[in-house]
Amino acid sequence: MPTKLAITGAAAVAHAMRQINPDVVAAYPITPQTPIVEYFAQFVADGAVDTVMVPVESEHSAMSAVVGSAAAGARTMTATAANGLALMFEIVYIAASMRLPIVMPIVNRALSGPINIHGDHSDAYAVRDAGWIQLFAENSQEAYDMTIIATKLAEREEVLTPAMINLDGFITSHGVEGVEILDDEAVKNFVGLWEPKYPLLDIDNPITHGPLDLFDYYFEHHRQQQEGLKNAYKALPEVFAEYEKISGRKYDFLDLYRMDDAEYVMVVLNSAASTAKYVVDELREKGIKAGLVKPWVFTPFPKKEILSALDGRKAVVVLDRAMSFGKEAPLYSLIKSALYEAKEKPMIGSYVYGLGGRDVTPSMLHIPFEEAIKGELDPNDERYLGLKE
Amino acid sequence: MPVNMKQLINLVDKEDWPFTQGHRLCPGCNAPMVAKWATMTAKALGYEPVVGAATGCLEVSTTIYPFTAWNIPYIHNAFENVAATISGAEAAYRSLKNRGRLKTDKPIKFIAFGGDGGTYDIGLQSLSGAIERGHDFLYILYDNEGYMNTGNQRSGSTPPGADATTEPIGKVKTGKVMFKKNIVEIIGAHENVYAATASTSDPFDFMAKVEKGLKHEGPAFIAVLAPCVRFWRIPESDGPAITKLAVETKYWPLYEIDRGVYKITRKPRNFKPIEEYIRSIGRFRKALQHPEYMEMIEEMQKYVDTRWERLLKFEEATKDMYLR
Repeated sequence: MPTKLAITGAAAVAHAMRQINPDVVAAYPITPQTPIVEYFAQFVADGAVDTVMVPVESEHSAMSAVVGSAAAGARTMTATAANGLALMFEIVYIAASMRLPIVMPIVNRALSGPINIHGDHSDAYAVRDAGWIQLFAENSQEAYDMTIIATKLAEREEVLTPAMINLDGFITSHGVEGVEILDDEAVKNFVGLWEPKYPLLDIDNPITHGPLDLFDYYFEHHRQQQEGLKNAYKALPEVFAEYEKISGRKYDFLDLYRMDDAEYVMVVLNSAASTAKYVVDELREKGIKAGLVKPWVFTPFPKKEILSALDGRKAVVVLDRAMSFGKEAPLYSLIKSALYEAKEKPMIGSYVYGLGGRDVTPSMLHIPFEEAIKGELDPNDERYLGLKE
Repeated sequence: MPVNMKQLINLVDKEDWPFTQGHRLCPGCNAPMVAKWATMTAKALGYEPVVGAATGCLEVSTTIYPFTAWNIPYIHNAFENVAATISGAEAAYRSLKNRGRLKTDKPIKFIAFGGDGGTYDIGLQSLSGAIERGHDFLYILYDNEGYMNTGNQRSGSTPPGADATTEPIGKVKTGKVMFKKNIVEIIGAHENVYAATASTSDPFDFMAKVEKGLKHEGPAFIAVLAPCVRFWRIPESDGPAITKLAVETKYWPLYEIDRGVYKITRKPRNFKPIEEYIRSIGRFRKALQHPEYMEMIEEMQKYVDTRWERLLKFEEATKDMYLR
């Protein structure tokens, strides 16, 4: 029987890791990710798992050790946030190119500078082209579920692509919520055993991992990585359906909230979606046909699903918790490009909110809807919510 | 019993080469000797070596996809992280072994290779971290005193007066003035480690140290002086002769620090002046044209003499005083 616990998002993720019981976890602490590693280290210390934990001296070494371990044939995990992810950056690309199914929760936090320890999505966006699967979790329950789902997905033979699970710094990682924890056995059976095809430690069949790839093969290998992500896109509905069977919780590329007849649609990632759902309800009570689209899957980007969700709506407002300096905000530019193929293009508007952990209130999220209803959206005007000007 | 010629010949007879011909390192390069001797020693002792390499000559010249010169498991990750990478592989080995999921029961030994740039400089942090954590691996530094793969730039190992493109000798500067970083002392100071120097002029001393390093439970480190004939401006056949001179001039003393205990493994009867070593290498030629460089050579002579005296005293003072 699943148990419901009142725990933080960090504890929820650590519980998922405990149930997965990876062979190796190599990690370095960084706020607000630290509690994940701490909870997990306690599970190791208490014998709740028999994982070999490698408490490395930096995130760069965490990702490096994880590459060595995963290549060796071990199911391997790590976790990080913001500057830690930035320090890993070089090896994040290498891990993907070596097709190692590493799973890494990211507790989203603003990238320095200036230094800030609170939540935004600048870290996740910074690695969006690294070749990892990127899942986004609105709350602790989703963070728990996504950690288990990511493990299964990343290891599929046709996918073999590392995966990161994004959850909002402090809001999700440190906020206490009711989280349903599945039975240990159910998770163990769901993820199964990891049987890599070409482990480094298969000494009878020696393999050279990470060779020099010159102009004659580099291109082809990138093409193969692209195939891995295309296959992840195909595999996701299947993995979600399998997970629904053991959990009763239904996931998809997009979380569509009151979208059946929605005319004014907000698109937003992660925890702000909870506030947005509340705002949608308020607008619906006033008879305004508001709706929300929250991507659970960011990479591979579900362009087709976005298009079918937004085509023909009156207006779409996209909220980004990060900026792309000198360019359009990241999620906005992707949504805008997806809408190029729309038969009936909605009006669109870009809103940046909540940088560096700034509060996101319902009244703040009413503004994009109000401007959409008044027909005041301008696709080329980046607007800011809650900015002191 | 230290590894002997018979055991190695046996491997050669069976054509059981861990590191094969067909790599694209320069003729006369000393790095492949280091790689071959180390992996063959491991094999001769009955171990199954699993190798990691930092980005550098040894890596780019031996694994040009789809070819490989490695007949044993090999992993390359990036420049600065071979120690962290191999520590992850070693952790995986322990975990899979504990869980009964390893496909082999043969004894696996992890060997990491790095050049001086990847060891003295950019890779020092990951190396220090891996040693502090006590992973069971042998790290072999092939020290050619510069970034040779990218064209003779200076590293923390480049000696003063050696011509290097990022600290060149010009009208007003005699190139690098700083001495080499003393890497073996830095690694030895981690205490839980076997650390040693070696030279391509003395393969048996090197192989004996490889054996000690492999048998040491925990991290081990060997720094091998291994010239790059290209940027050292020396004849292709002269690498080992030059490293022999390095040992005879006290420039590169052969010694080890085993958990805090110092031991000099070669004590030449007669020493030669360091100037002889410097004059034998083309990369010093430009500096030698500067009259003030002679003062530098004098300073270096004093330094190597003092270091030798200090080593003798350390050997005496630390006898049997293992720290860990």
